[in-house]
Amino acid sequence: MPQQMPEQAARRAAIVQYEHVSKSYATAKLRRGAPGAVNDLSLTVPAGKICVLVGPSGCGKTTSLKMVNRLIEPTSGRILIDGADVADRDATELRREIGYVIQQVGLFPHQTIGANVAVVPRLLGWPAARQRARAEELLSLVGLDPALYRDRYPAQLSGGERQRVGVARALAADPPLMLMDEPFGAVDPIVRERLQNEFLRLQAELAKTILFVTHDIDEAIKLGDLVAVMQVGGHLEQFAPPAEILAAPASEFVADFVGADRGLKRLSLTRVGEVALQPVVTARVGDPAGEARARTFEDPFPYLLLLDPSDRPIGWVNQRHIPGTGTLAASLATPMSPLLDRRTTLKDALSMMLDADVQTGIVVDRAGRLRGVLTVEAIAAALRPSADPDGIAAGASGAGA
Amino acid sequence: MIDWGWLAGHLDAIAYRTAQHVYLAALGVAIGFAISFVLALVAARHRALYPPISALAGILYTIPSLALFAALISITGFSVVTAEVPLVLYTLVILVRNIVAGLDGVPAEVLEAADGMGHTRRQRLWRVELPLAVPLIVAGLRLATVSTIGLVTITGTISDAFGGLGYFILDGYNRGNFLTEMYAGAFPSILLALGADLLFVRAQRRVTPWANARTVEATS
Repeated sequence: MPQQMPEQAARRAAIVQYEHVSKSYATAKLRRGAPGAVNDLSLTVPAGKICVLVGPSGCGKTTSLKMVNRLIEPTSGRILIDGADVADRDATELRREIGYVIQQVGLFPHQTIGANVAVVPRLLGWPAARQRARAEELLSLVGLDPALYRDRYPAQLSGGERQRVGVARALAADPPLMLMDEPFGAVDPIVRERLQNEFLRLQAELAKTILFVTHDIDEAIKLGDLVAVMQVGGHLEQFAPPAEILAAPASEFVADFVGADRGLKRLSLTRVGEVALQPVVTARVGDPAGEARARTFEDPFPYLLLLDPSDRPIGWVNQRHIPGTGTLAASLATPMSPLLDRRTTLKDALSMMLDADVQTGIVVDRAGRLRGVLTVEAIAAALRPSADPDGIAAGASGAGA
Repeated sequence: MIDWGWLAGHLDAIAYRTAQHVYLAALGVAIGFAISFVLALVAARHRALYPPISALAGILYTIPSLALFAALISITGFSVVTAEVPLVLYTLVILVRNIVAGLDGVPAEVLEAADGMGHTRRQRLWRVELPLAVPLIVAGLRLATVSTIGLVTITGTISDAFGGLGYFILDGYNRGNFLTEMYAGAFPSILLALGADLLFVRAQRRVTPWANARTVEATS
């Protein structure tokens, strides 16, 4: 059994392909909460990407997920993992190679946290010492101190902690593919946000292929590299990166589902660095005041941005307060706009600007030096419905200089 | 009131009858559990069979014990089998229903997780379902054991060779309510039942430490 490991480590992420997959249920069996049907689903999830299946209840997203590890068998069509049809695999062996996380977690109440994490290694017949070592490694990875948690029982953990253990358990045998069915759906919003962020951080490190089911469009947009929007009846409405789903919904249904505030949602997908920044009149402390004052009158914006000798912004000076003679003093500058960096999302940038009650944010680089100014108008321009994602990307390269 | 002299002279007999009582009860519960376990697994896998199995066990439970002894003597004679058959049959209704309830009580998400991680049916049953059913199974064993310890006293009606501590109760009655002897049967029998119950509680605490794990309100 341990000989399997190098082979598994070699393929860290799998490619998943749905080929005309359908699942129908006899009408007599239909009831509330019954699994949704799937209608001719074809899509390919590239290796190492997070693909989110999202849609209202009954859209077949969970059915689609469970057909991958054969908890549900398709009525027709094939699902391939790295080119191999899952139907040709022994179901239990297949499942041991696929991480599986569900909303209610489903930890074994009678086993310690350490034993819970080591369930799949135990099924695979790893030696006890290696199971223990792996469990401790994974608990640390999801931010739970093994010394504190290893010997506890699930009933002694909070919802968020249990969910982390669920993720650790799914990663135990280092699977190239993870299936996650509303994994953060049962925890409160604050914990959910934290778990989502940790999940993204973890994925940046592990680069697994992940199929993720949620009914929450915001979660889909936040987590997905690709988002598959599904409609009741199991129709795939759109399969695209989140920015494209928001900027160019493929149908009325997708537009409705992403919500009337899809423009606002795009704010959280776009970063300051992707928007064209405005130049601004600047001067350093100690520069001649008269010359600086003259320059502000050549610009429509009636303020001067005062910088320190290293080009770090100190604050704004109203052109009427700039003395005609002498040099500029730091004390002239008044409370300044929020400092943004290129990786701040437009949503956070706008929020900071509203909080500070200003129309402009000052964008600085990592060393705190001025890069330009972000205006509310520039944000609005970036979100104009006609602005497709490529347009935004082009703006980004333009503003990079 | 109590004839201490009689008690002092019969310590050996009391010890023997106590041991016999434990033996008859333990044998009945053990065989009853083995049969119930198989029936419960069958019922848990094939749900359609559960109602008839449960109903049959329930009907058997309603047969008066004395009538059953009388009927069995004509078939199995004055043997230990005659004593054990009713003891075993009366445990079935409690044990089958508790084992099935224990298996039914395993949360659906635990079963889904077990399947999704690649347990075979057998692995799921032995590693997940049965361990989680232990508290209800033990609850059934406690009930069955206490009621069987009570029933053993009646097996003395088959023959003086059986009855465990019940022998003293019947014998004392036949001597014209010789209370000392009747107490010598009744009190140890009560103590046995209480002791067995306590033993099960202790044993369960040991094998299911998770069931006593305190739920803590931790923030994530």
